[in-house]
Amino acid sequence: MYSKKVMEHFSNPRNVGEIEDADGVGEVGNPVCGDMMTIYIKVDDGKLTDVKFKTFGCGAAIATSSMITELAKGKTIEEALEISRDDVADSLDGLPPIKMHCSNLAADGLHAAIEDYQNKNKSK
Amino acid sequence: MSKIYMDHGATTKPDPEVVRAMLPYYEEYFGNASSLHSIGQEAAVALNRSRQQVADLVGAQPEEIIFTSGGTESDNLALKGIASLKKNSGKHIITSVIEHPAVLNTCKYLQDNGFKITYVPVDDQGLVNPVDVEDAITEDTILISIMHANNEIGTIQPIEEIGTLAHERGVLMHTDAVQSVGKIPVNVDDLSVDMLSISAHKIHGPKGVGALYVRKGTRLESLVQGGGHEMGKRAGTENIPGIVGLAKAAELAAQRLDDDASKMCSLRDSAIKKALESIPESYLNGHPTRRLPNNVHLRFSYVEGESLLMMLDMKGVAVSTGSACSSKSLEPSHVLAALGIPPEQIHGSLRITLGRENTMDEVDYVVESLVEIVEKLRAMSPITPKH
Ligand SMILES: Cc1ncc(COP(=O)(O)O)c(C=O)c1O
Repeated sequence: MYSKKVMEHFSNPRNVGEIEDADGVGEVGNPVCGDMMTIYIKVDDGKLTDVKFKTFGCGAAIATSSMITELAKGKTIEEALEISRDDVADSLDGLPPIKMHCSNLAADGLHAAIEDYQNKNKSK
Repeated sequence: MSKIYMDHGATTKPDPEVVRAMLPYYEEYFGNASSLHSIGQEAAVALNRSRQQVADLVGAQPEEIIFTSGGTESDNLALKGIASLKKNSGKHIITSVIEHPAVLNTCKYLQDNGFKITYVPVDDQGLVNPVDVEDAITEDTILISIMHANNEIGTIQPIEEIGTLAHERGVLMHTDAVQSVGKIPVNVDDLSVDMLSISAHKIHGPKGVGALYVRKGTRLESLVQGGGHEMGKRAGTENIPGIVGLAKAAELAAQRLDDDASKMCSLRDSAIKKALESIPESYLNGHPTRRLPNNVHLRFSYVEGESLLMMLDMKGVAVSTGSACSSKSLEPSHVLAALGIPPEQIHGSLRITLGRENTMDEVDYVVESLVEIVEKLRAMSPITPKH
C-alpha cells in the first residue's frame, strides 16, 4: 500500500532526534489520534541550517517527517513556508488517500516550528 | 528470508490435506448435488459426508448444520433469520460491545429496522458478566448473541452460563465461535446454544465457506430466496469443493485439537512472559487464563502499532494491530476501547496469533525483534519520557 520511497524513508529515516538549542520547535498532532510529531529547526542568516524530528505514528507519519527534514534543510524561511502537504506527499511518490489527512502533518509541523522561531524573534 | 506467519486470527494457510481433498471436486466430481443422475449424486454424497464431519466437530447432528459463505454470513443468518421470524413476538436482542463487526453491524442494521439492541459491557479483561445479560432480559427479548472467543484479545466468554440462563428465560442463544472452533473444545450441548457460527478459513480451510449450527426445532427465516437448498435455510447451489474443504479442516482440527492446543499454549505463555520481561512498559491485553491458546495481545507505551507491524514485516514477521492507523475506518479497536485502554495505548497494541506450524525458535525471534523495534521507535517518539 505504501510506495517504495515511503518504505525507504520509513525504514531509514533521516534526521531523527532533537536539536538541544533549537531556534524554533513545532508540535502538531495528538497521540490520542495516533500521530504526533515535533519538528526542530536551527536558523542562521534566514536559512534553515538544521532540521530534525521526533514522531509517534504510523509509517506515513514517520516517512513524511523524514522527508520534510530533507526538503527544508538549506532552504530560506520563505522557501520553507512554501512547502505544502502535497509537496511532501509528491516527494514520496504519493501516500494512500486515507493517510493524506491524518498522517501528512509534517508540513504543518515545519510551519509551526518556523512560526515559533518568528514569534521568539519578534519579542526580542 | 523465510517468513514467519503469526496472524492466524486473520486467516490460516489451508492445510495441504484440505487442498488435496478439495481438488477432485473441481477437477472430476463437478456435479450439482441436486441432480438425480450419478454425477450429481457424487456431489450429494460429498455434501452429506461433509455435513457429518462438521457436525462431529461441535457435537451436533448433521441436519443441524447449514453451509454458508463464511462466518459473516453465518452471523447474519442467525441474527436476521431469527429477527425476521420472531418480530411479532419480540424485538429485543442482547449482544456484547466486543463482538466482531459481522455481529455488531448486523445489530446496527436491525436497530435501524425497529429492533432494540442491548450491548452488555465487558470488564477490563474482556469478560462479559452473565448477570448483566440476565438483567438485560425482558419480555421482549428474542435472542442473545455473545461470541465464544474474541478475535482480537482471545478472551473466552462464559457461554455455558449465559446459554443456560437464556434457556431458563425462554430466549434463544447464538454464539460466534469462529475463533474458538478448532482451538478449544466446542460442544453445542455443553455450551447450551441454539446457533453457532463457524468459518473454514480460520481452521486451515478455504476462504468463503462456513457453517451455521441451528439446533433441531429452531426455526429461522432464510436470507436468500431460491431453490430449497440447505433445508430451506440457505438457497443456492452448494459450493461443494469449499464445503469438502471445510469438512476436512474440521476433521483435522478435531484430531489435532489436544496436541495443537497444548503446543500453542506453551508458545503463547512463553511469548507473553519473554516480551513482558524484556520490554519495559509493555502490558498484556485480555484475560491471563481465559484466553485462546494461540492469542498473544500486547501493548507498548509510546509507540504506534502500524509502525511496529511494518518493522516486523521487514523482518519477515506477519502480525496485526488494533491501531486506528492500520484500519480502513481509522477508528481504534472498539474491543480495546471497551476494556478501558486509553486511545494512545490502543495505538501501541499488537496481536500475535499463533498457528500449529509455529515453533519456539520463531517465538524467540519475534520477541527479540520486538525488543529491538520497540526501542528504535521509542527513541524516535516525542512522547517517550526522558530519563
Ligand atoms: C469472531 C469472528 N466472527 C466472524 C468473522 C468473519 O468470518 P468470515 O471471514 O468467514 O466471514 C471473523 C473473521 O474475521 C471472526 O474473527
